[in-house]
Amino acid sequence: MHKLLNDSPGKQIMLLGNEAIARGAIEAGCAFATTYPGTPSSEISLNLFQMSQESDLYFEYSTNEKVALEVAAAAANSGLRTFCMMKHVGLNVAADPFMTLAYVGVTGGMVILSADDPSMFSSQNEQDNRYYAKFGNLPMLEPSSVPEAKEMMRYAFDLSEELKQPVLLRTTTRINHSNAFVTFGDMKPRQTKGKFIREPLRCVTVPAVSRQLHVKLLEKMNKAKGLSETSDFNPVKGSGKFGIIVNGVSFHYALDAVKDLGIEGDTKILRLGFSNPMPEKLIKNFLKDCEKVLVIEEGEAFMEEAVKAFAQEAGLMIPINGKSETLFSRLSEYDPAMVREKIAAYFGIEYTPKEKLSVDNVPEIPMRPPNLCSGCSHRATFYEVKQAARDMDIICPTDIGCYTLGFLPPLNMGDFVICMGSSVSTSCGFGQATDQKVISFIGDSTFFHSGITGLVNAVFNNHNFTLVILENGTTAMTGHQPHPGVDMERLGLDGFGRINIENLVRALGVEHVSVIKPFKVKKSIETIREALEYKGVSVILSQEPCALYAKSLKLLKPRAFKVSDKCVDHKDCVNSIACPSFYIEDGRVKIDADTCVGCAVCAQICPENAITPLKK
Amino acid sequence: METTRLIMVAVGGQGNLLASKVLGEAALISGVRVRMSEIHGMAQRGGVVESALVFGEATSSIISDGEADILLGFEPSETLRALNRCNKDTKVITNTATLPPFTVSIGKGVYPDVENIKALLKEKCAGLVAIDAMKLAKEAGSPMSVNIVLLGALIQSGSLGFSKENVIEAIKRRTKKVFLDKNLNAFDLGFVAAQNYSS
Repeated sequence: MHKLLNDSPGKQIMLLGNEAIARGAIEAGCAFATTYPGTPSSEISLNLFQMSQESDLYFEYSTNEKVALEVAAAAANSGLRTFCMMKHVGLNVAADPFMTLAYVGVTGGMVILSADDPSMFSSQNEQDNRYYAKFGNLPMLEPSSVPEAKEMMRYAFDLSEELKQPVLLRTTTRINHSNAFVTFGDMKPRQTKGKFIREPLRCVTVPAVSRQLHVKLLEKMNKAKGLSETSDFNPVKGSGKFGIIVNGVSFHYALDAVKDLGIEGDTKILRLGFSNPMPEKLIKNFLKDCEKVLVIEEGEAFMEEAVKAFAQEAGLMIPINGKSETLFSRLSEYDPAMVREKIAAYFGIEYTPKEKLSVDNVPEIPMRPPNLCSGCSHRATFYEVKQAARDMDIICPTDIGCYTLGFLPPLNMGDFVICMGSSVSTSCGFGQATDQKVISFIGDSTFFHSGITGLVNAVFNNHNFTLVILENGTTAMTGHQPHPGVDMERLGLDGFGRINIENLVRALGVEHVSVIKPFKVKKSIETIREALEYKGVSVILSQEPCALYAKSLKLLKPRAFKVSDKCVDHKDCVNSIACPSFYIEDGRVKIDADTCVGCAVCAQICPENAITPLKK
Repeated sequence: METTRLIMVAVGGQGNLLASKVLGEAALISGVRVRMSEIHGMAQRGGVVESALVFGEATSSIISDGEADILLGFEPSETLRALNRCNKDTKVITNTATLPPFTVSIGKGVYPDVENIKALLKEKCAGLVAIDAMKLAKEAGSPMSVNIVLLGALIQSGSLGFSKENVIEAIKRRTKKVFLDKNLNAFDLGFVAAQNYSS
């Protein structure tokens, strides 16, 4: 049985933050869950997906976050406890339903999770999604630790049902991807079938209806403010003239710092966990007997601005600081030593940081960026497109997935990425605005997510570019989650539909459609060249399973290759595709038999045919 | 237990996440509080990955530059790169088997000499154990058990105060049954290699 389905209250277990969040949903009796995968949220849905196969929990990987939120909104308006999770930029995709669902509300408890990513460990920006709660008028909870993330998940469902409002649970990478001991609580039964009661004056948001709903929305937020004023998730720790207001993981950095600096007796800390709407009275009361206040929050000055406004209303002139040149930055995540230094400086505490090691005699260490795996089908496709377009002045919009790594040397195939699906739509723009040849890349999962609408636009407006759809049969980057084109029977799951991308592309009216097997180098280059020369929209489907995924499904029997003595050492192989299985030993190229998958692309590239299968 | 901060650095795919899960379980068995943080996502595709483990009273789950009490490196150039996480009192344990990044094989960097790496680590930190964990892992029966070999060396160093028995129990709980014998073998080989290591 899945470890998170275990009904043993009081049991202590080491959990990843995302596992604790999934457990919180199960304990709260969540019956319906939707998502689109995105680091750092992906392990929440992975666990719910596994649990849905062993229980009556309904879970789906939706095509994108907008669809996921709308599917969830319907379930939550049929009385079911519903959970929709995504990474922070996913909420941009789901913002349309998010904003108006706040007006409509819910009948069953609904939690929307945004996993923010300060320092962008795996994201294209570090936007601070706390503003979505303020922007959309929804209550927001922010955990500071892994165990608290589980408790907040449980409370969020109750809060949502009390207010008849979706609740935003906002985490950061250092919650999602930390581990700590968590104690299992009791498990509420799931109500898996609901009933939609027709309420057009609540659910059909025509202007006349929505004008009333907006009035009710503000009333709900007033009620929420009352709850936030007395919430156990807004504790004050300690007492003294130094005031600290803090949220999220910075709370623990501040706690450790105050202890390390020995100022526990003079410092009181207000940690905001129920942070939208802000608890006005609680904050004014906290400020009253402080000499000085420091606001510690990663990202924007979300709390700082509100606290300063409350101080003005309360006629308080005490210094309140947070974001500034010398104090806290809007950039990246914080860390314990930095917070300790800033607290010491701000409150005038004697503190000398640990002496840094001198590294001047340390040689330069070669960069180690992430790289496409050995036998990756994307590498083969990028090489072949590069060869086919050798004599062309090209622009390569690319998209978000493992294949984004194609922009790194030596492949250098990737010129413009702003969000998922942008490869197709920006190709329309580049193709129209320039005379350069536009070749764009998009993964199959990303194509379903938000590439289709761009392709429809391309056909309708008769744009001119070649789109390469990288069909590796999985959502690889985030951990091989399924998508609408995946063969689910291979995963031992039936009852799923499967959409054929080639048929879909032809149905959209694309006239020039071709398919390549990227491990057949010469044939693929010829097919690609022909597509590049077509005037108008041409689509190439590069079909080869992700090597890592195929290995995990035992579909791939690696047969290693080796560099034979016919090699004359001009290193074309290494310099053109840089597969991680290559290594250099006393100046000669060698292949690591443990990791070589046997895609044979290098063997086909070598002009001397010096790379041959390794006889076991 | 007094707060002890351990940083583990590795190349994506070397199994540092599993090693931290085993250590977390060992802490649970030994009644020691621990918070751990790890980097997932694209960095795993052969990039640099790091886990931070904070044992004892401190409540933060990450470790600032210069504040690691112990550095466990799965690949020598990454151990060297992680010097900025260390101070003069840091104990360092490293694998000496190299995994040069592809930037080296396409001539965009020179892989540092391993003996020089060992000398620099010894000079700047408070103690070094350097073993060829890949050789020992292959001896134990699987090149994939480099992480467990290094756990053996870490536990032998004694700086975490966990008993060998508790860590072995944790290995039994958190690693795949099919690899258990190889992993227990790997743990012992790492433990003994660290014991005999006198730089």
